Amino acid sequence: MPIRALIIDDSSVMRKIVERSLAQAGIAMSEVFQAGNGAEALVVLKENRVDLILCDINMPVMDGLEFIKQLPGVENAKNVPVVMITTEGSEAQVVQALSSGASGYIRKPFTPEQVKEQVIPVLAGKV
Amino acid sequence: MNAGTAMQAPRGSQENWAALLEVATREVFALMLGCQLTAFATADESISDVTAMVGLAGQLCGVLSVRCSGKAAALMTSKMLGVALDKVGSEIADALGEVCNMVAGNFKNKIAGLAEGCMLSPPTVITGNDYTLRSQGDTPALEVRLLLEDLLIIISLQVHS
Repeated sequence: MPIRALIIDDSSVMRKIVERSLAQAGIAMSEVFQAGNGAEALVVLKENRVDLILCDINMPVMDGLEFIKQLPGVENAKNVPVVMITTEGSEAQVVQALSSGASGYIRKPFTPEQVKEQVIPVLAGKV
Repeated sequence: MNAGTAMQAPRGSQENWAALLEVATREVFALMLGCQLTAFATADESISDVTAMVGLAGQLCGVLSVRCSGKAAALMTSKMLGVALDKVGSEIADALGEVCNMVAGNFKNKIAGLAEGCMLSPPTVITGNDYTLRSQGDTPALEVRLLLEDLLIIISLQVHS
């Protein structure tokens, strides 16, 4: 069943790459929402329900870690899995993201296979 | 190809950093642009009219830059987006900034301790070549020169001790 995805990254090029990687990973999408930072993503989520959120960490205005902390208060984001995508390789940041509620973590640069490995179990509710 | 921490060098030695910088760059181009960079054999200099820079702070302070011609930057953008070269427009600066950001991140993640102890700034992109970059760095910059097809790409790391 096609999913509705929200891709959050301050780079529009990276948002397009993430969307293409999801498609290449065989994940069918009925709708893709995009946001340039966490604050914009919260606005998107006020009006739209999604099945998956892919979120960069280092962004202006509201970063990915702050965004994920705000999610429990957002009705449309309840039980929606979040996969972080970032350049940073810090284990501490991975732990912080996962302990804040992220379901997965993808490090840039990445392949569509790596996206698939992280996203498919998350969508299946196995993480 | 695994761009993770499989090939981690010790923090103390900087002798192999140029090699790590080259590996980090090649991995980003292979994984995100789907292309292989080749070695630059001649000493010819080509015009670098797009420059992306990312600052490093913490245990390693400095600036990592990626310089290339506008044609090379457009080709990178085309490959990143999977669109024809003539369809590439305003995304060039964004794309080159992301390439620089990923090279910097991939490089630091290959050196023990730096993944945790070194932070990256958001990328800055300069268009044009009539500028002078003055760094507080007191060591010669590491420089890697590679070809994307036949177009030169220069990756530099200026470390501040």
